[in-house]
Amino acid sequence: MSNNAPVKKKRKFELDPRLAAYKGVWVFIEHERGQVHPVSWELLGEGRKLADMLGVELAGVVLAAPGDDGKRFCHDAFAYGADLCYLMESPVLKDYRNDPFTRGMTELVNTYQPEVLLLGATTQGRDLAGSVATTLLTGLTADCTSLTIDLDNRSLAATRPTFGGSLLCTIVTLNYRPQMATVRPRVMAMPERQEGRGGRIVEHPLAMAEESIITKVLDYIPDDSRDKPQLPFADIIVSGGKGLAKAENFQLVWDLARVLGAEVGASRPVVQAGWAELDRQVGQSGKTVRPKLYIAAGISGAIQHRVGMEGADCIIAINNDPNAPIFDFAHYGIVGDALQILPALTDAFRQKLATTRRAG
Amino acid sequence: MHSVVCIKQVPDSAQIRVHPVTNTIMRQGVPAIINPYDLFALEEALRLKDKHGGRVTVITMGPPQAEAALRKALSYGADEIILVTDKAFAGADTLATSFALASAIRKIHETHPVTLVFTGKQTIDGDTAQVGPGIAKRLELQLLTYVSRINEVDEGEGTITVERRAEGGVQLLKTALPCLVTMLEGTNDMRRGSLPDQLRAARHEMTRWDRVAAGIEDVTRIGLKGSPTVVNKVFTPSPRAEKAEMVTVDSGRAADLAVELIARLGQRFPVVEAELARRAG
Repeated sequence: MSNNAPVKKKRKFELDPRLAAYKGVWVFIEHERGQVHPVSWELLGEGRKLADMLGVELAGVVLAAPGDDGKRFCHDAFAYGADLCYLMESPVLKDYRNDPFTRGMTELVNTYQPEVLLLGATTQGRDLAGSVATTLLTGLTADCTSLTIDLDNRSLAATRPTFGGSLLCTIVTLNYRPQMATVRPRVMAMPERQEGRGGRIVEHPLAMAEESIITKVLDYIPDDSRDKPQLPFADIIVSGGKGLAKAENFQLVWDLARVLGAEVGASRPVVQAGWAELDRQVGQSGKTVRPKLYIAAGISGAIQHRVGMEGADCIIAINNDPNAPIFDFAHYGIVGDALQILPALTDAFRQKLATTRRAG
Repeated sequence: MHSVVCIKQVPDSAQIRVHPVTNTIMRQGVPAIINPYDLFALEEALRLKDKHGGRVTVITMGPPQAEAALRKALSYGADEIILVTDKAFAGADTLATSFALASAIRKIHETHPVTLVFTGKQTIDGDTAQVGPGIAKRLELQLLTYVSRINEVDEGEGTITVERRAEGGVQLLKTALPCLVTMLEGTNDMRRGSLPDQLRAARHEMTRWDRVAAGIEDVTRIGLKGSPTVVNKVFTPSPRAEKAEMVTVDSGRAADLAVELIARLGQRFPVVEAELARRAG
């Protein structure tokens, strides 16, 4: 080469014409016991951006039994940004079961041909996504933390943590459609609800008889959620990491949380050490949270923890290592011993709340 | 009763380090372990064998070193172990992996009919939870994911009843055998291997299946070629544009630091201030 100008390496890529016919972004509207899982609305918010980048429509996909309020879910989906909804109603879609849902979703995909299909990374969404992708022989990227479109070739660029959350990687599905991805609850922001926003409903039947379905739902036992930690929707979270040195010191996290009326979170090493229960683990292999305030004490801020809490409005990090990665993305940092700072914060917040109370 | 348990050898993720300059994974010295979630699947299969008799076969797809994970499984009490290994499998994503494992299980089924296939709910290195459902679909088995409890297996009737974790509760499901179960974590405790089993594991002659032995003819379905997804780049996340505002006080006292932090917080983050006011109210 005669000049030394850097040559941008471009992947030569022509989409198979049969696949180029696949148009539109779809979001699976997941529901259980009459409630749509909020992750579906979060995905519509993200799907809206992708659809606008591609210049295509955004559709919700509702699979439901006739008595399930499927139409209402469609109208809710319009309010959260969908242009249309595919509604498949059949008695066999009462309660989630892998076979009828996989069959229904694959039939809709084969009929209406979307280029992108997004599902929540929940027990239902992951069960369905893996089955649908295998049936359609297409690519599926799990637990994405960001989604965008490479406009050079209209491909979905899905970023997710890899190697146990030590690094991030961007994955594409080039010559296959639809391009599928799952996203965990609370990773994407909840979009504004636009009352009165309309859309059209495309109804599609499912020809499947109950007798042909092998798996039967005998019962459903709802969780008693009263004593379970509710991290994903907590507004204030105090989290502790291995920097607290021993199990007894984790009590300091609880003390501050009690004063603030906050939930208690924990890093993966703390859960693995048995200082806190699994339901409190924040991060890639635990819960994703979006509180207004997140206080991290003795947490270094490895990627696998970061992806679970960086959506917080305000992050306060306390760590005795001034080079801890958490100071790269926290809003406030205190370099110091969490064992001294936590009790000081507990006192100071108690006073602050008391002062506010008196003033109010 | 014949259970096939699919396991994966993974690096102990708690010990993975990233090279600060090159951003690559430093693999040296990171111990390889059986994916912890797979142990719940293996223990469940062993319990079914304790109760109903029969056999437990453990398979893994991976490089030759994955042999160590299989020997470990044998030491816990598995009857047979099979290492599915071939250079042609390299670069497989979850779709290509489920194709290869499904082929191997079909092959096992020819000599010892399979009642149940088990996997863990996901691995700790890939975290996808996609291979279990993939195998079930390819083998046309009923799929039971996130199983927290196996209530009953009736071999005579050919049925299984399980509790499956759903989002807001637990589904009680009944289906026909054979089927595929992905076990939830924390559902049992892995037993300690007996001394005879440990000795047997050390001496056991490894069964290695290459592509052909696993019954795979079409090389376009496996490895990189059989994988629709392509990893475009691997990177570390960039820091926020602004680094953390470091809070310091002249006295260096924790109490003063706390007061200073709360004062600054209120000015910069009205949303937090409002939330605190709500809680005070």
